[in-house]
Amino acid sequence: MALARRSSNLLKPLSTASSSSFLHRRPFSTDDTTTITVETSVPFTGHNCEPPSRSVDTTPKELMSFFTDMALMRRMEIAADSLYKSKLIRGFCHLYDGQEAVCIGMEAAITKKDCIITAYRDHCIFLGRGGTLLESFAELMGRQAGCSRGKGGSMHFYKKDACFFGGHGIVGAQVPLGCGLAFAQKYRKEDHVTFAMYGDGAANQGQLFEALNMAALWDLPAILVCENNHYGMGTAEWRAAKSPAYYKRGDYVPGLKVDGMDAFAVKQACKFAKEHALKNGPIILEMDTYRYHGHSMSDPGSTYRTRDEISGVRQERDPIERLRKLILAHDLATEKELKDIEKQARKEVDEAIAQAKESPMPDESELFTNVYRKGFGVESFGADRKELRATLP
Amino acid sequence: MASIFQRIGALSSSTTLDTKKFHLSSPRSLLERKVSFLVVRSDAAKINSGVNRIGGRAHHLVANAVATKADTSAESTASKSGHEILLYEALKEGLEEEMERDARVCVMGEDVGHYGGSYKVTKGLAPKFGDLRVLDTPIAENAFTGMGIGAAMMGLRPIIEGMNMGFLLLAFNQISNNCGMLHYTSGGQFKIPVVIRGPGGVGRQLGAEHSQRLESYFQSIPGIQMVACSTPYNAKGLMKAAIRSDNPVILFEHVLLYNLKETIPDEEYVLNLEEAEMVRPGQHVTILTYSRMRYHVMQAAKTLVNKGYDPEVIDIRSLKPFDLHTIGNSIKKTHRVLIVEECMRTGGIGASLTAAINENFQDYLDAPIVCLSSQDVPTPYAGTLEEWTVVQPPQIVAAVEQLCQ
Repeated sequence: MALARRSSNLLKPLSTASSSSFLHRRPFSTDDTTTITVETSVPFTGHNCEPPSRSVDTTPKELMSFFTDMALMRRMEIAADSLYKSKLIRGFCHLYDGQEAVCIGMEAAITKKDCIITAYRDHCIFLGRGGTLLESFAELMGRQAGCSRGKGGSMHFYKKDACFFGGHGIVGAQVPLGCGLAFAQKYRKEDHVTFAMYGDGAANQGQLFEALNMAALWDLPAILVCENNHYGMGTAEWRAAKSPAYYKRGDYVPGLKVDGMDAFAVKQACKFAKEHALKNGPIILEMDTYRYHGHSMSDPGSTYRTRDEISGVRQERDPIERLRKLILAHDLATEKELKDIEKQARKEVDEAIAQAKESPMPDESELFTNVYRKGFGVESFGADRKELRATLP
Repeated sequence: MASIFQRIGALSSSTTLDTKKFHLSSPRSLLERKVSFLVVRSDAAKINSGVNRIGGRAHHLVANAVATKADTSAESTASKSGHEILLYEALKEGLEEEMERDARVCVMGEDVGHYGGSYKVTKGLAPKFGDLRVLDTPIAENAFTGMGIGAAMMGLRPIIEGMNMGFLLLAFNQISNNCGMLHYTSGGQFKIPVVIRGPGGVGRQLGAEHSQRLESYFQSIPGIQMVACSTPYNAKGLMKAAIRSDNPVILFEHVLLYNLKETIPDEEYVLNLEEAEMVRPGQHVTILTYSRMRYHVMQAAKTLVNKGYDPEVIDIRSLKPFDLHTIGNSIKKTHRVLIVEECMRTGGIGASLTAAINENFQDYLDAPIVCLSSQDVPTPYAGTLEEWTVVQPPQIVAAVEQLCQ
């Protein structure tokens, strides 16, 4: 294991570290920017490109924030599981636990002006983009306080001010949308990129290749991120794809295979990809990750894979555990402090759920709002001439 | 449709407008039809000057339905001058004006740039605005429609061209799920100001797959608007209105109408997306039509006038939502409705319109609504068969005669 091999380096004490507790006595908790270099667990594999180095620079602050955020996300998904079982969340609910490292690592490498668009497994990505727990839970339960006012549901989380474009139910349809976002960024000559995320199941969609062709043709700053959790609902990747090397599928488009359970590998890859996309056009990132839950809440997740496999991945590759070991090895916090952080996360989630439960269901009139935008651009009347619309803009 | 009434009724606090005010407030729709000279290439019949007279309210027989050009030259639309233009040029003019006005407007589609558009609607725009604003896409409807919608989410205003409307079936998922629904499912965060346009309809022996009428497939998608243009005047106006609208608009053009010629005003004008056009006021029967069938109806109207009937012809233009105000006022006057459309019989625009009229104006109808639509068959290649698939003027005349018994 990479971690064990490097443990001697990791255990070297930091210059400013002391054995004091995290919150009060350690100065790093607010502004320690000592660089720690972490090695990714596995090297990157490149296709048509030179993979970036395995050494990732990070700071104690970042390490702790990764842990805190991931713990929160994990807790949120587990809570959503029990809310679904108690029938407060209905319909489809696709949980992201196990894959948190992908969105955490990505956020660390980009700004809020870079766009992210994903499919239906979007709760944690929404959180990573700055969404609040209240908005998440309220939307899941269909309440007014939800990010889409209760009208979207689990698969339709959006956050416009943080450039999070959702939240899409139809597999693969978000990738052309993502290329459109990149197109707009290029049109406006912005220095930002778009991350269009999809799964290993969606990787076989034709529109993906259509979009990739256009992105490569026009050098759009689009980064296609395949979150390969190895199962397209119940179908394992080897049964669905002739070539499960999704990062190579771009052919003329470079690709990178990344260990998606390692937040630092993801961060490095996204940083690399952003630089590449701004200069040379699209690139594919394949995140090798895993989901502990089934495809959705209606899928037990054990009919097509063994429980041993799931627990094996949880023991060996769990992103939060990896971070925990790193933090403990670098002596940035004690076991107890980390447990406290997790307890705090639980508390926050429970509070948010309680608050979300109090939020009312949408009003009946909301059924008809936001179907169209008002103001059709000419001095005109509505379909029955009862409502005067806006005048010329 | 009733639900729209409920909604607007619930939300509106303004007083209702009476019909008189309506007629006064939209003078354009009354005046515009004074323009006379239409080259109607679509009909097999050899009519090449169709004139629509305003004021046919008299019940007496009209001896000669075809007036000369002389009496129409005096009144024209708002400007005395104007310029003669073909329909595809009018579309281009509207498009060009909007692109000059707003830098966010861009066009994407197959062969729209260097080739100039398969129907020349975007000719000359790529050299003027650049390759990024008039984007030649590969043949990937699903993806470039999705791209346009994604760009719209970011604030651009793309116009997506389907080389033939039928090809947009490949992009149906994007149009239905993303274009129509994103404003709603995001709780109002994103607006999708796209215009999806392209020629459809039965052409000249183009074969089944290139003669599709997609109005019926798209009409139940919530969140989009549909308009159909039929003259150079309304083509330019609707194009401009569609581009300025913050809602996704599908603009249906017709393959056979691109070379229609008309004089349109020099000054800028934008038409109302949800308004129907009064083509010929009348008293006996309301004929509702759109796109190419308007010309078949007007041709039949000539025959009908000769026979002593006085049909009121309305080009509904707005296929979603229906302009039930204009239609309702007409029904209240004539009490008989004939719908003439090019859509298929099953589940077409006519079927929806019939249902909407029955729901809302049942008390005013003296006879059941007659709907003439195309046959429920794939469009055959043979010319004679193709003629029989669509509604022809003699059928319209017969239907009116039966309706007015």
